Amino acid sequence: MTLPSYTTTIINAIYFIAAILFIWGLKRMSSPRTARNGIVWAGAGMAAAIIATFFLPGIHNLGWMLGAIIVGVGLSWWVGRRVPMTAMPQMVALFNGMGGGAAAAIGAVELIRLNMALAAATLVPNTYPIQPEAWAKAAAVPTLSPVEQVLAYIGVLIGAVSLTGSLIAFAKLQGWMDKRFVFPLQRWVNLVIFAAAVVCGVLALIAGLEGHAFAWGLLVAFLGLTLVFGIAMTLPIGGADMPVVISMYNAFTGLAVAFEGFVLQNEAMIIAGMVVGAAGTLLTQLMAKAMNRSLGNVLFGNFGAGGAGTQQQEIAGALKPIDAADAAVMMAYAERVAIVPGYGMAVAQAQHKVWEFARLLIERGVKVTFAIHPVAGRMPGHMNVLLAEAGVPYDLIADMDDINPQFPNIDVALVIGANDVVNPSARTDKGSPIYGMPILDVAKAKNVIVIKRGRGKGFAGIENALFYADNTRMLYGDGQAMAGELVAGLKTLDA
Amino acid sequence: MITGFLALYIFMLAAFTGYEIISRVPVILHTPLMSGSNFVHGIVLVGAMVALGHATGAVEITIGVVAVLLAAGNVAGGYVVTERMLEMFKTSKQQKPASK
Repeated sequence: MTLPSYTTTIINAIYFIAAILFIWGLKRMSSPRTARNGIVWAGAGMAAAIIATFFLPGIHNLGWMLGAIIVGVGLSWWVGRRVPMTAMPQMVALFNGMGGGAAAAIGAVELIRLNMALAAATLVPNTYPIQPEAWAKAAAVPTLSPVEQVLAYIGVLIGAVSLTGSLIAFAKLQGWMDKRFVFPLQRWVNLVIFAAAVVCGVLALIAGLEGHAFAWGLLVAFLGLTLVFGIAMTLPIGGADMPVVISMYNAFTGLAVAFEGFVLQNEAMIIAGMVVGAAGTLLTQLMAKAMNRSLGNVLFGNFGAGGAGTQQQEIAGALKPIDAADAAVMMAYAERVAIVPGYGMAVAQAQHKVWEFARLLIERGVKVTFAIHPVAGRMPGHMNVLLAEAGVPYDLIADMDDINPQFPNIDVALVIGANDVVNPSARTDKGSPIYGMPILDVAKAKNVIVIKRGRGKGFAGIENALFYADNTRMLYGDGQAMAGELVAGLKTLDA
Repeated sequence: MITGFLALYIFMLAAFTGYEIISRVPVILHTPLMSGSNFVHGIVLVGAMVALGHATGAVEITIGVVAVLLAAGNVAGGYVVTERMLEMFKTSKQQKPASK
């Protein structure tokens, strides 16, 4: 289509405004009071940028484009609306992976175009007599500058790793892939895969920089190996570390988008991608810090990978069960109760019932606090979001540093589906894989009641000494059902 | 046309902006913010559209369509998920006076 030349200027102005709106939106999202309309501002910028792109001069394949957008938006919108709040972390992983894949695919298209142009250019001198059309064709396809070529490859690499890595993270959080997949020499195998991918990329890149076409096999191998590397890198990482990993892949996708934005000479992509890349990197560090681990430890420290490397202390004592009615009585006559939710509460969708129970306790004059570990659930803030959904006011929610000194004064600590974040081994047992991770000092409360579905281990796959402590009672059952029984127990007290 | 050092400056300034935005964020907003930034890098859809827009030949068009499809999923999913998370902050605030 032919449009007057000022269209490009208008479109660039829209991209510029979009970039401002993204930054403005993110800024508003970083404060609870303004967070909600932050996403609306960013959304407006996004919509404007997308619509403007349709009017870029020289855009073809509009039918395909519109079709793919409608299908992609429709499917994601439908899935995103339907999934329960508890599944949000894996949804972020899934959509992030898609973004990474898109960035990698953009890089692939641009590199294929480049190679076509190079192949055409190298063909021409061998044709005699010289064919003007062939020359014209070769000259018509714009080639990429050396920097653009380098960034195109790096963008493809990061984007592809983000795609398959995020998909594995998604599968793990969705529960499709429970086990960590570890084998001897795994790090070396991963290193070899990575090195092979880099070699393929560099060989193709060198050919491109020297101005002749590379073998298609190199590009295919490069793409394939980077995709495999994303899988191999994520497989050995345990589910408990997935939040950190997802955040890291989020930053990866941002970087990949920024690099491909440079290749396409699109300022909005460069700025938005880079902002996300930097913000995501910082967020990743904050999360890793909340678990008292370095990023390197999360990525390569795979819990007990060496096999028999870890020795855990023997845990003395026995599991002592309690029934819901007794537990309800215990808390009804307590002065202070701390509720410690974990991923189990999210899975059981128990937040509403738990809040109902807490409200009944408050009506009886019990002081109730919700104690949240920074990485309880699958993501920092995951529990806060769920409790907010149930309607728990902010001032009842205490974070780890505030509540920990108070545990000795708390009569009953009710642990719902939390495990690793309350495991005292993290403080006492140097052989424990989670040693050094800050925990909630639930064990110091006068009494502990643990609602747990079964006798299984936590996400880190280790025993929890808390469950065997003298002042701990186990309430076996589904989080929501048990919270319901506790509510019923309180109601019979009043009747 | 963005080249060389100009690009480097844009990269640098954007990186600082991102870093500044995220520092001093309360933990409760980590998840929504991750989701929000996940939405923002959905701008990749614009790039995917450009790539598909100048693609020629079956292979390029196929990869281009895949790129647009994935990117569109990123944008829409990122928006819906973030919006739903932040929606809860709104409800909890409205209920707060009532529940006290």
